[in-house]
Amino acid sequence: MAKNNEFVKFDKVDKSYDGKVLVVKDLNLDIAEGEFITMLGPSGSGKTTCLMMLAGFETPTNGEIYLDGNPISNIPPHKRGIGMVFQNYALFPHMTVYENLAFPLKVRKFSKDEIDKKVEKALSMVSLSDFGSRMPAQLSGGQQQRVAVARALVFDPAVVLMDEPLGALDKNLRESMQYEIKHIHESIGVTVVYVTHDQSEALTMSNRIAVFNDGKVQQLSSPDKLYEEPVNSFVAEFIGENNTFQGEVTDISKDRCKIKLDSGKEILANPIRVKSKGEKSIVSLRPERAIIDPEEKMDNKFQGKIEEVIYHGDHTRVRLNLLGNKEFILKVPNSSARMDIKLGNEIKIGWNSFDARALDPK
Amino acid sequence: MSSETQKILTTDGIPLEVSLKKAEKKNKIKAFLLVCPLLLFIIITYIFPIGEMFSRSIDDRMVTNMLPKTFKAMESWDGKELPSEEVFASFLADYRALAEKKEHGKLGQRLNKEKNGFNTILKKLWRKMKKFEEGNAKEQIMAVHKRFSDVKYWQAIKRTAPPYTMAKYLKGMDMYFNEDGKVVQVEEDRRIHRILWLRTLEVAFFVTLFCFLMGYPIAHLLATLPMKYSNLLMICVLLPFWTSLLVRTASWMILLQQQGIVNDFFVWIGLVADDNRPEMMYNKTGTYVAMTQILLPFMVLPLYSVMKTISPSLMRAGKSLGGTPFIAFWKIYFPLTIPGIGAGCLLVFILAIGYYITPALVGGASGTLISNQIAYHMKATLDWSFASAMGLMLLTGVLVVYWIYNKLVGIDNIKLG
Repeated sequence: MAKNNEFVKFDKVDKSYDGKVLVVKDLNLDIAEGEFITMLGPSGSGKTTCLMMLAGFETPTNGEIYLDGNPISNIPPHKRGIGMVFQNYALFPHMTVYENLAFPLKVRKFSKDEIDKKVEKALSMVSLSDFGSRMPAQLSGGQQQRVAVARALVFDPAVVLMDEPLGALDKNLRESMQYEIKHIHESIGVTVVYVTHDQSEALTMSNRIAVFNDGKVQQLSSPDKLYEEPVNSFVAEFIGENNTFQGEVTDISKDRCKIKLDSGKEILANPIRVKSKGEKSIVSLRPERAIIDPEEKMDNKFQGKIEEVIYHGDHTRVRLNLLGNKEFILKVPNSSARMDIKLGNEIKIGWNSFDARALDPK
Repeated sequence: MSSETQKILTTDGIPLEVSLKKAEKKNKIKAFLLVCPLLLFIIITYIFPIGEMFSRSIDDRMVTNMLPKTFKAMESWDGKELPSEEVFASFLADYRALAEKKEHGKLGQRLNKEKNGFNTILKKLWRKMKKFEEGNAKEQIMAVHKRFSDVKYWQAIKRTAPPYTMAKYLKGMDMYFNEDGKVVQVEEDRRIHRILWLRTLEVAFFVTLFCFLMGYPIAHLLATLPMKYSNLLMICVLLPFWTSLLVRTASWMILLQQQGIVNDFFVWIGLVADDNRPEMMYNKTGTYVAMTQILLPFMVLPLYSVMKTISPSLMRAGKSLGGTPFIAFWKIYFPLTIPGIGAGCLLVFILAIGYYITPALVGGASGTLISNQIAYHMKATLDWSFASAMGLMLLTGVLVVYWIYNKLVGIDNIKLG
């Protein structure tokens, strides 16, 4: 069976609450069947609004959303058949775990036997088989979260929406729940639309990530591409750590450009968003791509002064004053060979121009 | 190893356990002293008056104190045939003592309530007994009037012997002790208290219902509106609290009277003819309208405080899981508001059951409640013991409602804010 690549389709969707400001601008987004897609962005970027429009709690001001080829703007939420996991779980506090899970089945008029079977299956999927008779308040945060996931999946919806479901959990629990949700997604093949502002969560879980800012999708791509090849300076800064240089293009060829920094020095970079001489640009370089004592073939080699050394266990973070940027961060793996990393020392730094991406100036 | 060596000592050698207890005891005394004024206040202004009310409502020591010797002599009397000479003699002695204190008239009035015709024969006895000879009291008294040879009159005296009586409570339920000492009902056309009790329950029930039907949507609106609108609405809800009860009731009188604003409006829009204006006051309608408006905040506030805590995502979850808006409301939202409904209904019902001013002013004859009857006996007939008895019956009724509520919903399920 061919996978439907446009299972969920946002077609030129606009959304405005007050008629003055567009919270979502001209959104076009295709989500494939069985995909785990994450909407990532700072708060107020429009990602939750998109989710609410898909769930049916908000209507698009313009444009249309299609589910499996059918427009759904005029279908009320309870007829859409979309499961949803809420930020605060939204478990019904007056019902037992079993009743919570049975609710979507009861309103769909399943028989008692079927309900029993499905609820049991869903509970065993989140390994809470013995908790059916508990009240939600008697469960820990992680358990409540798993019940919420089970409830969103128990009626076999085609799409499951998750609105920052792990936001209230502590770090360890959050990480283990990330894997659990990922495994559930892999084993039942449901389409998941996941909203978060936590980039590490997005990177570990998703097939694709849509980075939102200012009501627009800035970049839609797989986690590795998003990290390695950000298409603009917002994405570069939002995902992972990032060293930046501001400057002006002085020379440009097909895959290399020369940027004159504000400090007067020139560096070589990979032209991603710059096209001609004289353009302003921000050059983005991941900390781990810069190396101390560079090899000969590297085309950027400079010297910087160590301003700060922060010990992180497995690695040391070094803040350098390099080319006029006092916030240049370097990650150095801990090994006995590197004893010269001391405050005030001058060290040599180098990187390939391919890794230094010349992006838009913002 | 002995337990002595395990004891933890403080630096000055006192066992830690003792030291901690001492410190806790100090705190407990401090806490008690803090609540002491309130405790005293409640005892003096609440518990003591209720006790006083109770003793007054069952107090029947008047005759007991007037005829001490008679009742002592009557102890051995079987109550079937005429009492012995000893009883007659003691009665005469008691009555003489009363006559000297000029209190014999009171006895006649009191005993006349127990048995008709007592007052007359006692007055006659008072006139004749001055010429009585020493001894042989039974014959001389029986000679005064033939009723003294009727055993029923002596039984009536014996019935008043116990210092306590439930007669006032029976009267509150339109019942009384007949001449044989049995509980019987008064004639059908004189059973006014029962009508009042039923009407009080009816009015309290419907006022609670109306308050609930109107308060629930308001509370929901209050809980879901954005802050700037909900504050304004809250002021509207609370406005009645800031106006005197009398003023509010009076304003209803202006609105509801036959030449009042509401009637004028009905005539103006052609709903009723000018010469056929409906009576909306001095009957139950007036009581319903005014009491519902006055008690509405007591329903809205507990409902609001409960609804405020219900996360809007619960309704969303219900809908996203496939429930229609109605099912989501009925199965999820409504059950979660039950603590508020319980608190609001209990509060309004209990307040309504004892409501006084409003029914007194707008109720008229068919709209007065039991509380007005209590006030009538307090102020007009001065039968305080009867008023006390009815007050306590009302209190018992409220406690029964409370008890039923506790059984059905659970008192720990109540939320006032």
